[in-house]
This record gives sequence, C-alpha cells and structure tokens, in this order.
Amino acid sequence: MNTERFAAQFPQMQWDAATSSWIVPHQSLLEIALFLKTDPEFRMDLLSNVAGVDWLSSKEKVRGEDGKPVERERPGYLEVVYHFYSVSAKQGPIVLRCRTDGRATPILPSITPLYRSAEFQEREIYDLYGIVFSGHPDLRRILMWDEFEDFPMRKDYVSPDDYEWEPTPHDDVLERARQHRREEERRRA
Amino acid sequence: MLDLGGANAADGEILDAPLYGPRSYRVFGDDALAKHFLEISMGPHHPSTHGVFRMDVVLDGETVVRLKPVFGYLHRNHEKLAETMSWLAAIPYTDRLDYFCSMTNNWAYVLAVEKLAGIAVPERAEYIRVIVGELTRLVNHICLAGFLLADLGALGTPLLYAFREREKILDIFEEISGARMMCNYMRFGGVRVDLSPEALQKIHRIAERFPFFLDEFEALVSRNEILLSRCQGVGVLPRHLAVNAGVTGPMLRASGVDYDLRKVDRYGIYDRFEFRVPLGEHGDVYDRYMVRILEMRESVAILRQALAQIPEKGEIMNPQAKLRNLRPKPGEIYSRIESPKGELGFYLISDGGPCPYRYRVRPPSFINLTVLEDMCLGQKIADVIVIFGSVDIVLGEVDR
Amino acid sequence: MFGLELLRGLAVTARNLIGSYFSGDRMVTVQYPEAARPTPENFRNFPFLVYDERPEELRCVACKICEKECPPQCIYIEQRRDEKGRPIKQPEVFDIDLAVCMSCAICVEVCPFDAIKMDHQFDHPTDNRFSGLLADKWKLARSNQYYHSIRPAEAAEVDARLAAEAAKKAKPAK
Repeated sequence: MNTERFAAQFPQMQWDAATSSWIVPHQSLLEIALFLKTDPEFRMDLLSNVAGVDWLSSKEKVRGEDGKPVERERPGYLEVVYHFYSVSAKQGPIVLRCRTDGRATPILPSITPLYRSAEFQEREIYDLYGIVFSGHPDLRRILMWDEFEDFPMRKDYVSPDDYEWEPTPHDDVLERARQHRREEERRRA
Repeated sequence: MLDLGGANAADGEILDAPLYGPRSYRVFGDDALAKHFLEISMGPHHPSTHGVFRMDVVLDGETVVRLKPVFGYLHRNHEKLAETMSWLAAIPYTDRLDYFCSMTNNWAYVLAVEKLAGIAVPERAEYIRVIVGELTRLVNHICLAGFLLADLGALGTPLLYAFREREKILDIFEEISGARMMCNYMRFGGVRVDLSPEALQKIHRIAERFPFFLDEFEALVSRNEILLSRCQGVGVLPRHLAVNAGVTGPMLRASGVDYDLRKVDRYGIYDRFEFRVPLGEHGDVYDRYMVRILEMRESVAILRQALAQIPEKGEIMNPQAKLRNLRPKPGEIYSRIESPKGELGFYLISDGGPCPYRYRVRPPSFINLTVLEDMCLGQKIADVIVIFGSVDIVLGEVDR
Repeated sequence: MFGLELLRGLAVTARNLIGSYFSGDRMVTVQYPEAARPTPENFRNFPFLVYDERPEELRCVACKICEKECPPQCIYIEQRRDEKGRPIKQPEVFDIDLAVCMSCAICVEVCPFDAIKMDHQFDHPTDNRFSGLLADKWKLARSNQYYHSIRPAEAAEVDARLAAEAAKKAKPAK
C-alpha cells in the first residue's frame, strides 16, 4: 500500500506515529473513507472495528513563548477509532481516528452510509459515550434501556447507587444499603 | 408515518432537537395502513431466540416488512468492568462473552495483550492453543447445526446427537482446565496447564471418530427433503452486502467471500497447517449450514496435523511472562482472530497503568446481526426463526 | 424419490437407539444422583484454605494478594493482631462470598504460599442466599490430607516444593 500517496491526497490528516494511525478532522472523514473504499489500490471494503475512546482533560507540559516549559490544560475530547481492512486485496489495517470538539456536545459524522458495519457500532458508541453521529439512519440506545440518561463508558461516569443494588456481605454496597434505609426512615418520620 | 428519529435530518435539526435521551420511533400512525400491518414483539422469551433477544417485527399477513433487533438484556458493561481491573483479571470475564467458545475468547484477548506487551509464546503452548481452538470450533459448529435443526422443528434428536459429541470434547476441557465451559485456560505467554498424554490420547480419538459422527449426522439430516425446502433460497445474503456490513466468519464465507483470518493473518502458528476454506455459493441458510459442516472437517484435519507436529515436551509458559502486575508500555493494539463465530477482535489501549485504559471487544455475533433485517425482509415469519438461527449468535457476546 | 432421505435419517436414529445399549460412545449420560461421573483432578469449583495440622493454623498468612487480584472481589481478609496491635501472620477473618465467586482459580494461581486451593465439592445447598453462601475461614479450612485425597498429583508436588523451601530456609540459619 502506498500510504504516501494517501497522505499527499489528504494533507489535512495528521500521522500519529505512537499509535500508527491517522488523525482525521471530522469534516473530511467521509471523504477520506470514500477514498479508501473506492481507490483501486486500497480497496478497504471492510470496516472492521469502530471504537469510542474517552480522553479526559489533563495537564500537559509544553514549551512556552520564552522557551520555558509551561503547564497547560489540555482539553478533553472523545475519540472514535476506525479500523479498515481490505477483504478483496487482503491487506490492512488502516486506522483513522476522529476527535470531537470537547466533551460537552460531541458530534461526528456517521460513516454508516458508506459502511453498514458501523450501524450498530455507532449506536453502541452513542449509547455508551454519548457521541451523536449526524446522518445515522436510526440513532437510538442499543445496549442500555431507552430511559437511561447517562453514558456509562465515559471515564467520569459515576454509577448511581439507588437502584439494582443487592446487599452482599463485606461490601460497600451493604453500607450504601444501610444508608439508604436510614434515609428512607428519616423521610418517613 | 415512519419517524426514524433524526434519520434524514440535517445537522442543524439534530442540534435543535434534544441532544440526548431516548429516540423512540413510531411505526404506525392512525392511518389506514395500520389496519393491514401487524407489529409483534418476538422475544425476549421466545424459545428459539437463543437467549434473551427480541425482534420488533412488522408483518403484512405472514410476510415480514420490517424487523428491528432489540437487545441489551444481558448487558453488564464488560468493557467498563475490564477497565477497572488488572489485565489478568479480565481473562475469566472473556470466558463469559461467547460462552460456547471460551477458549477462543481467551486466545483473542491473550494474543492482543501479548502483542501489546511483546511477550513470546513457547512452541508447545502455541500447538496447544491451536488444538483447543479447533476443538472449540467443533463444539460451536456442531451445536449451531443442532440448534438450527431444532429451530426448524427437528426437536431433540439432532441437537442431542450434537450435544453428545460436544460432551466428549467438554470432558477434555474439564480435564485440562478444570471447567467445562468457563475454561479460563490461557495466560499471557502460554497456557495454564499442560496437556497430559492421556488428554492427548483422547483428542486423538476425537480426531479419529469425529468425521464418522459427521457422516452420520449428515446422513440424518443434510439431504432431508424438509430441510432442503426450508433452507434453500431462504435468507439470501448477497456478497457485497456481507462485506459492507462487516459480516465475518462462516456467514461471510457462505456468501462466497474467501476471507478466513487463519489464512489471511496467519496468527499463532496457523501458517504451518494445510487446510481448505469452504465457500458457499448462494449465501442462503443451507449454505451457512453446509459451510459449517465442511469447516468442521477441515478443523479435524488441522487437529490431526497439530497432534502429529506437537513437540513431545517443552515449556507451556514463557518464564519471563509476569502473571501479576503486568504493565504494558503505553500504546494501543487491535488484534483479531478467527473465532468460530467470526472475527473476534480486541482493541486495547494501555496508559502504562495496572489496568487497561480502553478495552474494546469487537464481537462477531453483534455485528453479524446488522444484516438480520436485510435477510428477513420479504420472507415469511416462520423463516425468520431459521434465518436468525443460521446467523449463529450468543447473547453473552452480543450484549456484553 | 421423495421421502427416501427421511427413511435414511430414520435408519440413523434406529442405529443410535440400539447402539446406545451397547456402545459407550453413543451413551454418554449417567443417572445422576445414583451414579456420578468421576471428577477429573483439575476440576475446580470453590476455593478452600489448606492447613497442615490444626485448623487454627492455616497456611494463609493474610498477605491479601488474592483479595486484590480476585476479579469479582469476593474475598475479604482481616489480619489477626496480638494484644499490642502487632500483626500476626494469620487471618482473623477470611470470608469468601460463594454467591459472587466465579471459580476462576486466579486466587490459587497468585497465592505464593500454596494456601488456597480449589475444591471438588460443587453442591452448596442453603436456605439463605446471603449468609448461607458466605463461607468463613472455619467453613473454608480443609486439611492437607483432604487436599491429597482430591488432587493427589498436585498436592504431592506442592508438598515437595514446600519441603524444599523449608530446607533452603533452614540452611542459612546454621
């Protein structure tokens, strides 16, 4: 595979050597995926895996204007990683990563019109990470129930303790259960 | 009438709509069509849904006009669980993904971590992995054939014959790993227990006897007139759709696409074995059944070669491999194997800590369900059961 | 001819029916409560704690490695302390919640003292699913002889290794 041609075709991509993947701006994700799918050399017809990743905001050290290292807040973002393989040419993978702008209202384009295999996987990411895929034909929760409100795979998810608990010995669940019972009694009184 | 919850909405509209929360879709309004169509909910307690699985089926008479799979009843957020525990502690949880094939699940996860952390596997352990992996394939495919026939109405007999043979293989698993289904057998850098000469002898016997059993099983049903008329030409999956929808495993090969990861990726030591990849021609239910039967014969061939080549003695664990406190260097890996159901992949990100930063399973049966609606549209409701049975899913893996 | 294959299939079932009276290959089940199948040595169910002489002196030193590594977190350990509050190498409390335990045997693998092993007993009938399935250290304690009786090969190997370690420790003391 001539990845240099690929890189030259789309200068907006960025090669991430640590993970051997291309960081793709979400405006051109569909364009790039279409190229990978239709180009006679690549023929990436199988989108094998679509995975969401949550990166919380963190401190990072960068060199400031005066050359001294400055600590800076790196904003958090959500990321979707696509693994492309070629069934007809038996090659791959090509890995694309697409990042959202921040974690508050994450929106990415849906790749389902090009690859049906993303249909359920994008629904799963929407369900567990809360990334909205614009253009997805049927974006609903898939694993959690429809009334569920939070996004459990996010790193800052706090599990609620007021339902589906079962007292097991020597567990903080037991302590939580006692607390709930006290609260319940207080409310009744 | 059909409100698909933002299906064709432009970006702006989606922004205006409430971003999160349930997006319900209504199938019917109060118009005249409602009189003709019937929406039924098949499952989650339907006996042939292979677990707790539900299909929202819209029927026009007996013909399916719409089918939406609904699942998540077994959801336990396996991925989140694994992100809170050590790399080692996730292995027993992978058993519970596809509980018919715990050995290959172990293998897929362990292989991914070995690639991530750069752990070598001794020769004998590689052979043992191939042997138990192929035995798992036998277990899975023969059970699928039995379940498929039970779905067709052949209640009992073929399924129990299949389970009888499975029992012999599970006995071997119990002997080497201590449990019949939740084997928890592989470790980073090898396998946990060595195969004793007696166990090898039993596997020899399986490799010898299994083709005869398959002959008998095929004599029982493979050319049965009822089976032919119920399966042939039903639930056709065209080749281009199969690839585009990410369908993998025997289902993809039944549609005539030559893609077997044992041949393509040659993970482990699969480059040392000679075997053929059976391909279907029509992509219907009968092809999916037949491809699995033929694949079992090839698995037996691999078993025979592995048993002939396995070194007499040798290490089964890499002595450098650490059991506890594994901390791979920061990085990520996507590694996949050909599990009996299809491409089972593990996408792992390590941040150098004691537990995975991101642990993602690419479950084959989950993604193979994408095309369920396409295969069922226009078919009769009774065929939905058969088509669904030929997809070969395990809800433990679909829901995770 | 239509129906020929049906007859062929019926011949197979007839062969299996008759064969099941003669061949063990065609009849793999047993009448369970009356006849049980032998459990292989490697069979694992729930863990137990090994003691050498007296049940009060377990091999366990309360190092809490298994508690930390247990995937479903079903082990709870408290170390024993003497009157002055100094730790003694014995567990005061060693509880396993059998309702949570998933028999993965990771505790056995990580234990550096060969103190916890997997049992063969698979039936634990109880009328209380909380306290009835909570095994304390007295319920878990089993003698080394018992360990030998269910896993002879493995127990002999463990005994030899422990003896070698003890001999090694005794040498520098001279």
